[in-house]
Amino acid sequence: MPHYFLFALIVVAGTGGELCVSRAMKGVGAVPGFHPADIARVIARALRVPWMWLGLGMMAAAFFALLGALSIYNVSFVVPVTALSYVGGAIGGVTFLRERVSSHRWLGVVLVAIGVTLVFLGKN
Amino acid sequence: MEREPLAGPPEALGRKTLESPPPAPQKHFHLQTYLLIALMAIAGPLGNVLLGKGMKGLGELSVWPLSDLLHTGLKILASGSVWLGIASLIAFFVAYMLALSLADYSFVQPASSIAYGVVALLGHLMLGERVSPLRWAGIAVICLGVFVVSLTNPRTTEQV
Repeated sequence: MPHYFLFALIVVAGTGGELCVSRAMKGVGAVPGFHPADIARVIARALRVPWMWLGLGMMAAAFFALLGALSIYNVSFVVPVTALSYVGGAIGGVTFLRERVSSHRWLGVVLVAIGVTLVFLGKN
Repeated sequence: MEREPLAGPPEALGRKTLESPPPAPQKHFHLQTYLLIALMAIAGPLGNVLLGKGMKGLGELSVWPLSDLLHTGLKILASGSVWLGIASLIAFFVAYMLALSLADYSFVQPASSIAYGVVALLGHLMLGERVSPLRWAGIAVICLGVFVVSLTNPRTTEQV
């Protein structure tokens, strides 16, 4: 029973962490170019944003939950479940980041989630 | 060279204006986003493979008693593959951060799943791995999905 908790953690903390990192990066603003000085400045600025650290912490929690789930279940079962995070990510993008997800993008997201599931079903 | 006396109001003299560079034109930002996603799709899987290869090459690892843990730690740090893997994963994360500074999360996340195709292709071509038809089908569906996502505008929000 408590194993559902692991899967919930993988999807919710993983996607939530990425959303927090996205929030931080949107606040930092677009990188002006690929000059090392530009990149260093953007990273230094991002590391001062609390959302960044919250995001990294959540991604770390999801990573350990993934390791835990993998020690109990087969990869071919665990990873298709995590394909749910593509749909969760798009929902988070709309609600938390105020991105406008068009019907085209929704279609693409669903196709990717189906494709990732097939890839892992076909792994063994 | 002499400084011109009283060239302007005194408070303006000592202050250098910190102007941010002009925003990159639309075309540039599209190209940069695609480049970063391509880098993510290569560096991420490469880092995972190198890390896995490095760890497997170390054989059985013991973490108890504590002297064994220290020994294990040193063995891991002595592995070249592990360091290359870590460097690769750092490159992946930097590319990810920069991509998110340019484009939507709901664009970058599905688009970066093209990495599944990269992994299968690299495994097939370089390691001679057998890729099952179902897996190829999945990769084809992913590529189709990424193509559909790439038809949308990468950025739909203004800077916060």
